[in-house]
Amino acid sequence: MKNSLTIFAFFVAGLLLGIFRRLPGFLMDTDWSNVVLYALLFLIGIALGGDPNMKKMFRQIDYRILLVPVGVTVGTLAGSLAVSAVLPLTGRETMAVGAGFGWYSLSAVFITRLHSETLGIVALLSNVIREILTLLATPFLVKYFGKLAGVAAGGATAMDTTLPVITRYSGKEFALVSIFSGIALSLIVPFLVTFILEF
Amino acid sequence: METVILMVTTGILIGYLLRKRPKIIRTAEKMTGYTIFVLLFLMGISVGLNDQVIRHFDAIGIQAASVAAGSVAGSVVVCWLLYLLLFRRKNTTVDLSQKPGEL
Repeated sequence: MKNSLTIFAFFVAGLLLGIFRRLPGFLMDTDWSNVVLYALLFLIGIALGGDPNMKKMFRQIDYRILLVPVGVTVGTLAGSLAVSAVLPLTGRETMAVGAGFGWYSLSAVFITRLHSETLGIVALLSNVIREILTLLATPFLVKYFGKLAGVAAGGATAMDTTLPVITRYSGKEFALVSIFSGIALSLIVPFLVTFILEF
Repeated sequence: METVILMVTTGILIGYLLRKRPKIIRTAEKMTGYTIFVLLFLMGISVGLNDQVIRHFDAIGIQAASVAAGSVAGSVVVCWLLYLLLFRRKNTTVDLSQKPGEL
């Protein structure tokens, strides 16, 4: 809980400084978050490579890892369908938005082209929020819903932007599951979004 | 995506070469914790600077947040079941052996 709050505080501080443009130029002109993300992924690699349990970790990869992205897909679609009951959107629309799995750039473009610009913006925002929610809530989610919770919440982002938070709070041994699930979900985003809106 | 895989694999290689120097490995682990705060701060900035996201953050924002919350809740619950059924037992043994290195 404390970790979630600290993360949230850092995020909000950045958000407000960004909205009100109260920043030195070098922070506004370049998006440094990618650079820091790559540095983080490099550090995670070092921690993984230097871990004496690394071999054991690889030996643990089996059929179970395949079930994780399937579980994320089923859960995401069920959850998106459920909220359509209280929103002025159809189940097909909310499921198409949910099927972005946090990959906002791609899903927004696809949905704008296949459906409408308004739903495209909903998809953009919704998937940005999913990513942020994962970053902020992972410490909390992992504590109460098991060590797959971060991977589940992260969806397609579990392989890059949310990977550092996930390995931090679920443990290094979940890094491989996280990367695998993120890649698998990223691959199916275009197909799933098209399928949901066209059939 | 290529950069992501490149960074992780380069790190793994260097970590493997340094595996006999646990101090360096532990420092790398510790640094991830603080770097996450920096990352979140920077991500906040990039969302705050994105006018398209900020401008639409009223009516549409509620719909978007609801779908995001539903998606996260649904997948967390399904994966919780998967975790309880399939992952828990095997990984507790790994956890115990890793306790000294964590935090």
